[in-house]
Amino acid sequence: MLPNLAAILVFSYWPAIYTIVLSFMDWDLVAPMPEWAGLQNYVDLFDDPDFWTIMLNTLVFTTVTVVGSLVGGVLLGSLLATKVPFTGMVRTFAFAPHMLPGAAVGMLWLFMFDPSFGLSRFLFNLVGADSPQWTTTSDWSLAAVTVAYLWQRLGFVTVIYYTAILDLPGDVLEAASLDGAHGLTMLRHMVLPLLSPITFFLSVTGVIAAAQAFDLISILTNGGPGISSSTLSWMIYEEAFQKFDIGKASSAATVLLVLLLVLTFVQVRFGEKKVTYAS
Amino acid sequence: MTTTVRSPGPLSRLRAGRSQQRRSADLHRPLWQTIVLTALVIASLLVFLVPIYWLFSGAVKSNADIYSWPLKWVPTSLHLDNFRSAWEAAPFDRFLINSLITTSVGTALEMVNAILCAYAFAFVHVRIKRVLFLFLIGSMMLPGHVTLIVNYITVGNLGWLNTYQGMILPGIGSAFAMFLLYQQMRTIDPEILQAAEVDGAGHLRRMVLIVVPMSWPMILTATLIVLVGKWNEYVWPLIVTSTASMRTLPIGLLFLRSQEGYTNWGALLAGTVIAAGPMLLLFFLAQRRIIGGMAAGALK
Repeated sequence: MLPNLAAILVFSYWPAIYTIVLSFMDWDLVAPMPEWAGLQNYVDLFDDPDFWTIMLNTLVFTTVTVVGSLVGGVLLGSLLATKVPFTGMVRTFAFAPHMLPGAAVGMLWLFMFDPSFGLSRFLFNLVGADSPQWTTTSDWSLAAVTVAYLWQRLGFVTVIYYTAILDLPGDVLEAASLDGAHGLTMLRHMVLPLLSPITFFLSVTGVIAAAQAFDLISILTNGGPGISSSTLSWMIYEEAFQKFDIGKASSAATVLLVLLLVLTFVQVRFGEKKVTYAS
Repeated sequence: MTTTVRSPGPLSRLRAGRSQQRRSADLHRPLWQTIVLTALVIASLLVFLVPIYWLFSGAVKSNADIYSWPLKWVPTSLHLDNFRSAWEAAPFDRFLINSLITTSVGTALEMVNAILCAYAFAFVHVRIKRVLFLFLIGSMMLPGHVTLIVNYITVGNLGWLNTYQGMILPGIGSAFAMFLLYQQMRTIDPEILQAAEVDGAGHLRRMVLIVVPMSWPMILTATLIVLVGKWNEYVWPLIVTSTASMRTLPIGLLFLRSQEGYTNWGALLAGTVIAAGPMLLLFFLAQRRIIGGMAAGALK
């Protein structure tokens, strides 16, 4: 047990705590010691209009991917649970992207998005439009990252819902269907409440995962053009490892840490009440 | 997570649910509904299948095929030169070796960690066990991205930048795999272990000879999940390595992305297939195990 506790302590808890300390320091990784800077990093951060754009990007990206994957996942999961032909194949191929390196998914979508030779041109031509310049214009870059992320995440959420739906108490659902509930009514009034513990779990972990999404951004857009597809996790990387501003990066990391901890706490505190447990 | 009833894992539920549901579903559904639902299923299949097909077919298309319009769905000829150009454009053999080393060693170390730790939580009397357990599980709620900066500094202070130990060791702490194994080990009847203890078997013997063999399916599942995660790792190896000879496959792909605005798509897609192929193969071989393990983590 001790080696594991030590590893978690040294490489998970300690960094989280020391990052908070560094957020009150100035350092470029080269100087022998960090220098005390008080609240200056935070003042700079909150004064920076770019920071608020990045926060908004993070919020939009996280919300769209989490809500999108939950809604898409529960619908697709219910569809698979009907057991009509080909559902087994969908389960396999929907989950497969979740197994692939984010870098590979990024490259795959970079090719899909190519406005001259990608499938994007084909699809947009079908409706008589030109493909947008997905990864190279600020209007579309965040959407590009969002689409690729959703594609990679959706299958995972779907399969979790699917497994949970097969797991639902059959007798309760049968009783409801004898009472005349079926189809979407059934989904809304019986299945969704029974699935709420899963939805709760998937939304907590989904927010944590989306807020840290990095590989797709790095491959598809490098956070750009400008900062149009930068999120907080990209900003932390850029400030720390490209601009070597450890203080600013640490204060951004602290903001991310605090936001996620508070959000998780709020979800657990208020989400639990709305969760219906089957047993 | 709080349930104490020993229920069959999602693995067997996936299997059991299948035949049971099929019978009850087929009984009372009109044909037209089945047709509509099947159409929806096929549409969703395309959403996932077409991009994967596009990647693999692109990797074996000649440039003439890739840059043709209207686009070519089927390659005119099998063009394997892309793999050679990828191999020539960047040291892919190094990337492959580095990925294999960091993934295998990292997975082995994390699994040893997970097994030891899960065994201790399940069978060894330790004071403040509950607190320690929450401490470990709680680490899953800590966003890993926040730890990058300090881990980089720590690894730098140890002189491990751009080394295998620097790439591997920060990732060997185990929470998720430990949790899966712990759930599994709790279902082992303690009397079996007590009998072994009476026979004079110490903890190590009991673990290696009794608990590990009995938990073998779950150990395999957890190993697969950990392995996939390590292979796919992106941000940490990106930061901690600085020379081409230490890069792993996912990072190596960056070498093929547009140089001076021109992208050799054939080579890039071939490189992507090299990075993604092994995981796809692994998934197809062991999908029930992998999905079951991930579902177990979510549903308990």
